[in-house]
Amino acid sequence: MNIRLNRRGFIQGGLAASAAATVSLAGTTQAATFEGYPDSMGVLVDLSRCVGCRSCEAACNQEQHLPAPEKPFNDFSVFDEMLHGQKRRTDETRYTVVNRYEIPGREHPLYRKIQCNHCQEPACLTSCFVNAYTKTPEGAVIYNPDVCVGCRTCMVACPFYIPTFRYSSAFHPRIMKCVFCYDTRLTKGRPPACVESCPQEALTFGRRTDLLDMARQRIRENPGAYENHIYGEHEAGGTAWMYISPAPFAQVGFDTTVPKEPILNYVKDFLSIVPMVLTIWPALFAGFHLLAKRKETREQQTKNEGEV
Amino acid sequence: MNIFSKSTPEIPIATPCKPDGSVWSIKEKLWLGLSRQQYQDQFLRNPVNWLLIAIFAIGVPLILQRYFAGLGSITHASDDYPWGLFLGFGLFGMVPLSASGFLLGTTVEIFGRKDFIPIERLALLNGLLGYFFAVVYLEIDLGMPWRLYYPMFVSLGPAAVLFLVAWHVATYLSVQVAEVSTAYFEWIGWLKGKRFIKSIAVGLTISGIILSTLHQGALGALFTYAPTKIHPLWISTNFQWVHFFCSAIFAGLSMVIVASTLCKNFLTWRCDRRFLDSVDELTLGLGKGCAYALITYLVIKVVGIAHDNDWAHLLTGWGKYFLLEMALAVILPMVLFAYGVKHQKVNMVRWAALISVLGIVWNRLNTSMICFNWQLYREIPHWKEVWVTVTIFALYFIVYRFILYRLPILYQWQGDK
Repeated sequence: MNIRLNRRGFIQGGLAASAAATVSLAGTTQAATFEGYPDSMGVLVDLSRCVGCRSCEAACNQEQHLPAPEKPFNDFSVFDEMLHGQKRRTDETRYTVVNRYEIPGREHPLYRKIQCNHCQEPACLTSCFVNAYTKTPEGAVIYNPDVCVGCRTCMVACPFYIPTFRYSSAFHPRIMKCVFCYDTRLTKGRPPACVESCPQEALTFGRRTDLLDMARQRIRENPGAYENHIYGEHEAGGTAWMYISPAPFAQVGFDTTVPKEPILNYVKDFLSIVPMVLTIWPALFAGFHLLAKRKETREQQTKNEGEV
Repeated sequence: MNIFSKSTPEIPIATPCKPDGSVWSIKEKLWLGLSRQQYQDQFLRNPVNWLLIAIFAIGVPLILQRYFAGLGSITHASDDYPWGLFLGFGLFGMVPLSASGFLLGTTVEIFGRKDFIPIERLALLNGLLGYFFAVVYLEIDLGMPWRLYYPMFVSLGPAAVLFLVAWHVATYLSVQVAEVSTAYFEWIGWLKGKRFIKSIAVGLTISGIILSTLHQGALGALFTYAPTKIHPLWISTNFQWVHFFCSAIFAGLSMVIVASTLCKNFLTWRCDRRFLDSVDELTLGLGKGCAYALITYLVIKVVGIAHDNDWAHLLTGWGKYFLLEMALAVILPMVLFAYGVKHQKVNMVRWAALISVLGIVWNRLNTSMICFNWQLYREIPHWKEVWVTVTIFALYFIVYRFILYRLPILYQWQGDK
């Protein structure tokens, strides 16, 4: 892994250097990697505070005008629901879901809320071939159903299994996913509905940089109470929604294999060969053609000479 | 009627003029010179057509169901498995099998191997139809099929791999239409058009190579968006595009062998002596190419495992499945190709080609469905999804056969060329 990263870093550095050298007029050089908008907002989820009341689910349902659920939001039997051996996940009727996890050695279960993590460099956005996704300076990853073709690559690309598709509709299918309450709240400086509804202050809304400080402070000031890791600080290149947990993250349903760099980095190898193939192939194969033709004409000539 | 029996040697309508000197009309050419009754009789006599009718009788209503009740009504595609059989087979499986067009184009036009000319048009047609039907499968699978052109004209996301796939498939389709159009121009008797295409053949072929390299690779690169979801043995993010490109080479060549074998045996009346006399030798030539591509592919697969240090995975159940795929879909056809070519055993090469065609489809299904979400659960396609996939394939078969019956693909057009 390290070798590969170093090499990529080397290549990027080299490219940046040569770009800087050639475009000497450019006043500032662009950073090779995007580290997120400086003042973007985020949410810190403290799993030690969540009691699984599902108020956030209810608030989201109302705020986003989603269809009424099969079971009411005060029905806690949903925590036992399993489909294909998996706990509940987001789908076309719910942007956020809380699941319960029994942790061996712990008296009380832990609850984990899932929703779009609003990545700094979102895989859904970078994989979309019609630019249906936008990462706003406020930190939200929003979706435009008017240009979406319904190819569902974003769902394949999302390492957190968040975007869902309205498979039930023939004429108005679309991607359904949490948008951070962008148009109704975030643009007005207000926290998303789920955060506002949380009675336990398990969710904290704020600038992402401030939230990171707060998370570190909580971990530092409560020795032994938290895992020394902020999930989302680096996962998938960093996310706006971040988690701290008293139990190992893998035991609370987090995918700990999600890379610590943007998903796009895995695609760059291919993207970088595209211009090379476009420019080198014509010369190469025209060359082969000329070589083959030369041999042919030579043979023709010798044949003709032989006849004479 | 007699034209559909193997016993009569003459090829129907291979010339612009009838035996009595008058010109065949397009309508007569379309009906193969038969009366409506005769055509109907030969159609109903063929048991394959009855099978096709049975497939369509159920498949067409299912397709209508998809368009009026939504994708969810006929597939098991889900939020965890966004891509099912339509893309797993129709796009990821059909496209490598259609690499034949650019491969034979390169062999003949660029490398100057004129001895492959008798089979070149079959390979070009195979490529064109494979791509076209990959798009048809896409139109079944896309959520909003009526927005197919959006990535071209409405909202562009040029940094996405799928953007490259879309543009390359679209441009390559046009290139292939141009390449195959020479046969069509001969058939309708518009020689000016044919001469024009001939004059730009080298350019067309080179653009075909570029576009093929990039989007065969791009189909592999699409999976690099899901580095954690696909089992590490089936994804090597640095090399995925080369793996897909290299495997498309033997897949495309094998598909030409399979198609030419079918034509030789079941469409003999449409083949001329030039095709029938050279097909065995050309099969050996193509088989040689397959063997080279397969050994290369095997080595770069091992390089991929070594580079990502995935050796430990080989000892797991997934590893055994991977080794099974390598043994049956790569090493077995490779050995058969090599042995068959060395000892001039044409039928062995043909079996090897069939195995490698099925093997590549298996590999693509493994990558896109079976080993996708390897840490979650397996998705079993809905029977309706399977049926619609078969229906589209049947349509592909019908169009393929329709064109082979008529255009000078397997035979040379007599008269002015």
